Amino acid sequence: MVGVSYNKSLVVGVLALQGAFSRHQDALTELGVATRQVRTPQDLEAVNALVMPGGESTTMSQLLESSEIFEPLAKRVEEGMAVFGTCAGMILLAKKIIDGRDDQTPFGAIDIEVQRNAYGRQVDSFEADIDVDSLKSPFHAVFIRAPRIASLGSQVKVLAYCGEDVVLAQQNNILVASFHPELTNDIRLHELFLKGV
Amino acid sequence: MAKNEKNITGSMVVKRGLAEMLKGGVIMDVVNADQAKIAEDAGACAVMALERVPADIRRDGGVARMSDPEMIEKIQAVVSIPVMAKARIGHFVEAQVLESLGVDFIDESEVLTPADESHHIDKFLFKTPVVCGATNLGEALRRISEGAALIRSKGEAGTGNIVEAVRHLRSIIGDIRKITQADSAELFEWAKRLQAPLPLVQEIAETGWLQVPLFCAGGIATPSDAALAMQLGAEAVFVGSGIFKSNDPAPRAKAIVEATTHFRDAEIIAKVSRNLGAPMTGIGMDNIQERFAERGW
Repeated sequence: MVGVSYNKSLVVGVLALQGAFSRHQDALTELGVATRQVRTPQDLEAVNALVMPGGESTTMSQLLESSEIFEPLAKRVEEGMAVFGTCAGMILLAKKIIDGRDDQTPFGAIDIEVQRNAYGRQVDSFEADIDVDSLKSPFHAVFIRAPRIASLGSQVKVLAYCGEDVVLAQQNNILVASFHPELTNDIRLHELFLKGV
Repeated sequence: MAKNEKNITGSMVVKRGLAEMLKGGVIMDVVNADQAKIAEDAGACAVMALERVPADIRRDGGVARMSDPEMIEKIQAVVSIPVMAKARIGHFVEAQVLESLGVDFIDESEVLTPADESHHIDKFLFKTPVVCGATNLGEALRRISEGAALIRSKGEAGTGNIVEAVRHLRSIIGDIRKITQADSAELFEWAKRLQAPLPLVQEIAETGWLQVPLFCAGGIATPSDAALAMQLGAEAVFVGSGIFKSNDPAPRAKAIVEATTHFRDAEIIAKVSRNLGAPMTGIGMDNIQERFAERGW
């Protein structure tokens, strides 16, 4: 990835149904791309790529349905739109949610199975330094009631581990993190995502 | 997960982090596991477990305390979203008990009867994040200086009347706006007037916002109330009595969730506001005997 640049004329959407969307928007703005909060199908049409933030995945699942944006978003994902999902966003992009609600349908954009709140309650939320492929120095990762990637398919490329767990992974132009790069001021992962768009 | 000893838990980053995750969402008061399930099904981003909603506390009078741990655990068992619970102002042992139960967020709440007439809880002593109410910016900054990870307007809980929450949000956000226009000498005067630490006031002048997220609580009863709070600048809403004291809680809960997300879209707010049945009756401010918002210092 070193030396590869990204297109600054992109409009990057941030799914803004619920969660930490404004912090993602700040990071993308710092990288010089235009951003747009996505709450409706019309918003979605105006963007070239999408960030799905952390928050409550059950809440987002219901709002995706009630806002009539699930179908158009599934179609865009299938057509190859680049998406970066963090925490709840990763859960929604997964192929399968272990212990999810019956009415919670993920997009199946990346061949992983995730377990929600796998590290325990909020008192177990933590910060840790992780080594990321292609980054020269460690990335400080913040895990909030984090999901865990329980298994992954052979097409999925692992970009970082925390302990024994995969915490950053990629398949084609879908990037997922079980932590929150938007909660630190380090914008290298957002940059990595834009380079892949 | 390999529990790595280098991992940091309970830091301000981690505590404020959960508050960030709740943004744009609705936190609903629930008094039992059935209500908690209804709240989660409706799209709540968290639930507040308590024995009586504020409207009933107001009606019954007496001393209002932390909820029965058994009841909190029953709620934790049925939902996967974060569970919050209330401790009395200054009652750090109630907060210790709530932390031991694994509650995700503690609300040091004026809705319960205060346990200390001059001290709030030292919230830095807890790994669990703590939210506090505020009626103005000075109060908000004093709570942040004590370690609060989230501030909410106090409003006037249990009334179904949004007027006090609007007053508090306008006061907090209005003063933030004025501080961003102040010169460096004026910030000393602001700190004195607000009775708040100078470094926190200087930080607001620089960033234009509080150090932690600001949510609205106290008096939300309709989808439009929630959207009003959001348009005024709140980043999420707490709904207490407004849902389960209404005629038909489940659809109202869902409508308030949708209005909070689409808070600038009047057409969507109109759509979700149809046929919700009667909201909670509510009380005018002249007719209440005790203002909860005056508790805390």
